[in-house]
Amino acid sequence: MSRPEVVEPRDPGAAVLLDTEGEALPLAMEAKNVSMWYGSKRAIDNVSLDMPAKAVTAIIGPSGCGKSTFIRALNRMHELVPHARIEGSVFLHGQNLYASSMDPAVVRRRVGMVFQKSNPFPTMSIGENAIVGLRLNGVSDRRFLNERLEQSLRMAALWDEVKDDLHKSGTSLSGGQQQRLCIARALAVEPEVLLMDEPCSALDPIATAKIEELIQGLKTQYTIVIVTHNMQQAGRVSDFTAFFYMGRLIEVGSTTKIFTNPNEKQTEDYITGRFG
Amino acid sequence: MEIQRKDHHSWRKLKSTLISGLTFCSAVLVIAPLGLVFFHVLMSGIGAVNLEFFTNLPKPVGVPGGGMANAIVGTLELLALASVIGIPVGVLGGIFLAEYGTARVNAVLRFIADVLNGVPSIIWGVVVYGLIVLRFKSFSGYAGGLALGLIMIPLILRTTEEVILLVPAGYREAALALGIARWKTIIQIVVKTASRGIITGILLALARVGGETAPLLFTAFGNHFWNRDLNEPIAALPLQIFTYAISPYDDWHRQAWAGALVLVTGVFCVNVLVRIVTRVRTASA
Amino acid sequence: MSAVTVEEADAIHPAQARMSPPSRFADKAFYWLTLSMAFAVVLLVILIGWQLGQGSWQAIQKFRFHFVATSTWDPVAEQYGALPFIYGTAISSLIALLIAVPLSIATAVYLTELAPLWIRQPIVSLIEMLAAIPSVILGLWGIFVMIPWLRDYPFPFLQRILGWTPFFSGPIYGPCMLAGGIIVAIMVLPIITSVSREILRSVPDLQREAAYALGATRWEVTRIAVLSYARKGLFGAVILGLGRALGETMAVTMVIGNTPQIAASLFKPGYTLASVIANEFTEATTDMYLQALFEIGLVLFGVTILINLLAQLLLKTITAGAAPDRVQ
Repeated sequence: MSRPEVVEPRDPGAAVLLDTEGEALPLAMEAKNVSMWYGSKRAIDNVSLDMPAKAVTAIIGPSGCGKSTFIRALNRMHELVPHARIEGSVFLHGQNLYASSMDPAVVRRRVGMVFQKSNPFPTMSIGENAIVGLRLNGVSDRRFLNERLEQSLRMAALWDEVKDDLHKSGTSLSGGQQQRLCIARALAVEPEVLLMDEPCSALDPIATAKIEELIQGLKTQYTIVIVTHNMQQAGRVSDFTAFFYMGRLIEVGSTTKIFTNPNEKQTEDYITGRFG
Repeated sequence: MEIQRKDHHSWRKLKSTLISGLTFCSAVLVIAPLGLVFFHVLMSGIGAVNLEFFTNLPKPVGVPGGGMANAIVGTLELLALASVIGIPVGVLGGIFLAEYGTARVNAVLRFIADVLNGVPSIIWGVVVYGLIVLRFKSFSGYAGGLALGLIMIPLILRTTEEVILLVPAGYREAALALGIARWKTIIQIVVKTASRGIITGILLALARVGGETAPLLFTAFGNHFWNRDLNEPIAALPLQIFTYAISPYDDWHRQAWAGALVLVTGVFCVNVLVRIVTRVRTASA
Repeated sequence: MSAVTVEEADAIHPAQARMSPPSRFADKAFYWLTLSMAFAVVLLVILIGWQLGQGSWQAIQKFRFHFVATSTWDPVAEQYGALPFIYGTAISSLIALLIAVPLSIATAVYLTELAPLWIRQPIVSLIEMLAAIPSVILGLWGIFVMIPWLRDYPFPFLQRILGWTPFFSGPIYGPCMLAGGIIVAIMVLPIITSVSREILRSVPDLQREAAYALGATRWEVTRIAVLSYARKGLFGAVILGLGRALGETMAVTMVIGNTPQIAASLFKPGYTLASVIANEFTEATTDMYLQALFEIGLVLFGVTILINLLAQLLLKTITAGAAPDRVQ
C-alpha cells in the first residue's frame, strides 16, 4: 500500500492516485470531506475523492450505497431536492464549487450530466435538443450555434445518423440514439467534466457498447465520472474506480488494481460477487 | 344439499345480472336528459335560426326579424375581458402550485381554490356588483367580464397545476443540469411540454363561463342595442335567452330556443374539440 | 477563474464565453410573480366575505337572528325573513339528492365494475356533455318541455297514489318545488357520477381480487369489496353534489315558481336563496332591500362554503391532488 504523501488526515479508503510513472495526476475535481443528508437521514459519510483530469473515474457499489447521491454533489444537483444538505467542499480545477459566490447554474454549465433515463425534450427537434443548452443560456450567434450543433453531434457519434433528420422530433430516435443525443446536448455547452449516472442501464447491449466506445473517445477531451451498477462496465470503460458502500468511500484506485488486487476486503467481496 | 347450493348459486348469478341491468338503466336515465334537451333545442331552435338572427338587433315584440347579434358579440367580448384576468392569474398561479411552494402551503391553496370552485356563480355577481357596479353607479361590460374572469381563476389554476405536475421530473432535471435558469426551465421546457393540456383547460373554462347567466344578471345586465362602450351595460347570449324565456311572448320564446341552439352548439363544439385534441395527444405521446 | 482575456476565454471555451451570466433577479422575479398569482385565491375568498359582509352590514345589525328565523318576505312592508328561501333551498336540494344519488352511484358502479369495456368511454363522454349544458338552457327546456309533461302525466299520477300525504296534495300549477328538485337533480347527476366513479376506481384491485377469489359474483364483489371500502368517498361525492345543488340558480329560478312560502305540498311553488337574488336584485328599490339580498347572499355563501369544506375534507384522503369538481 503506497503511503500517501499528504499532511492532512484523509479518508481511510482514499489514496493518492498515481500515473504509470508514479507521478501525481492532475486532478479535474476533488471532493473533500463531503457528507450529505436527506432530512435527518445521512446518505454520504465524509467522502474525499480525487477525480483525475481527462480520465474516466467509475463509481461502483451496491444499490443504495449513495453513488447517485454523491455524483449529484459534483454539480450541485442535489440542491433541487428539498431538505437536502451537504457539508464539505467540491473543487473544480481548484475552485470551490460551493463558495457563496458561485452560482449553481454556472457550476452546472461547467459540470454536465447525463441521466439514467434518456430525456430529450419532447417539444423540440433533434437539432433543437442538441443546442438547447446554448440557446437557453443566451447564445444567439446563429453561425456558432450551427457549428456547435454539428460538433457536439459528431462528438456523440450521432451526426452521421441524424444529419438529414435534424428537424424530426427528439423522441423519434431509438433509446440508444436518444441517450447519445442527451450526451451531445450536455457536451454542447462545453463542460469541463461530464457526469454520467448509469447512462446505459436502460439500453440494450449494442447501444451500450456504442456508448462505451463513445466514452473512450471522449476522455481525450473531457473528464468523465460515471456511476454504474454494472461492474464489468466499470472494468471496460474506466481508468479509475471508486467503491462506495453504505454512503462511505471504501476504496479508490486504478481500475486494474481495484479489480485484480484490491486493498480492502469489502471491495474484494463486492468485486467477487459475495454480496451485491 | 348439492342441489340447494347450485340453486343458490344460480340465484346469486341471476341477481348479479339483474343488478347489472338495473345499473345500466340508471346510466341510461342519467344520459337521457342530455338527449331530450338537445333534441328539443335542435327541434325548436332550428326553425328560428336564420341570417337575421345572427345579424339583427332585438326588435320590439310584434315586430318581425329580431335577432341576437348583439348578444352573441357581447358574449365574445365578455369572454375576452374575462380571459385577460382569468388566464394570466390562473396559469401563473397554477405554475406556482406545481413548481414552487411547500407541500403544506400548496395544499392549503389548493383547498381554497377547490372551495372557490364550489361557490355559486351568482355570488360572484353580487360581489362584483358591490365592488364595481355600485361604485361606478352603472352596469357595465367591465363588471360582467370581471365576474366571469374571477370565476375562471380557480378553474384554470387547478387544471394548469394538474397538467404541469404530469410533466416528468426528468425534463426539469435535464434542463437544470445544463445550467439553464429555473424560470427559463419552467417556461421554455415544462410549460411548453404541458402547453396542450393548459390550453384545453383554458378552453373548457371559457366554455363554462360562456354559458353562465347568473353572474351577469346585475353586472353586464343586458342591452337591447349594440354596446359601444364597455362602461355601459352589454348583452350576452345566456342573458338574452333567460330574458326571452321568462317573457310572455311567443316570438321571444322562439328566439330563446334559437339562442339556446347557438349557445349549446358553441359549448359542445369547444368540448368536442378539446376531447379530440387531448386524445390525439395521448395517442401520439 | 484566473485572469484571462476575453479573446483567450473565447479561444479556450467559446461556448462558455458566449453564454450570458445567469440572472438571479429573473429567477426571483418569476417566483414572486407566480406566488402572488397563486395567493390571489386567498384574496378572492377575503373579497367575497368582505363585499357580502359590507353590503349586508346594516341588515345584519337590524334583523340579527330573526333574519333566518322569520318566514315573512315582504319588501313593501320592509319585512325580510329568509326562512322561506332557506326552506326552499333545503327542500329542492334534498329532492335533488334523493333522485340523483341512487341514479348516480348506480351509474358509477355500472361504469367502473359492471359495464363492458367498450361502452364505458362513450357513456362517460355523454355524461360530460350533460355537465356542459348551461343552466339557462336546461331551464328553458324545463319551462317549455319538462313542466308541461310533468303537469300532464307524472304529477297527477303521484297525486293519485300519494295525494293523501301532505306532500302531494293541493292543486298542480306546474312550476313548483318538485319541478325545482327534479331539474337540480339533472344538474347534479354528472358531478356525483364522475366523483363517485373516481372514488370507485381508486379502490385497490386487491380488494376485488380477494372477493373474486372467494367465489363471489360480480355484484357481490362490488357490494362487499368495493362499495363498503368506498363508503366515505361516496359520501363525500354526495356532499359535493349537495354543494352544487345549493348554488344552482338559473334552471331552478325558471321552474320553481318563485313564491316565498313554506308549504308542505311539493306541488306548490317555492323559492330558493339563489333564485330570490337572481329575481329581485335589480328590482331592489330601497337600501334595506338590497342589504337584505346581500345578506341572503352571505347566507348562501356561508352554507355552500361549509358544505364544500366538508366535501373536500371527505374527499381529500381519496383523491389527493385531483380537482374533484371537474367532470372526468
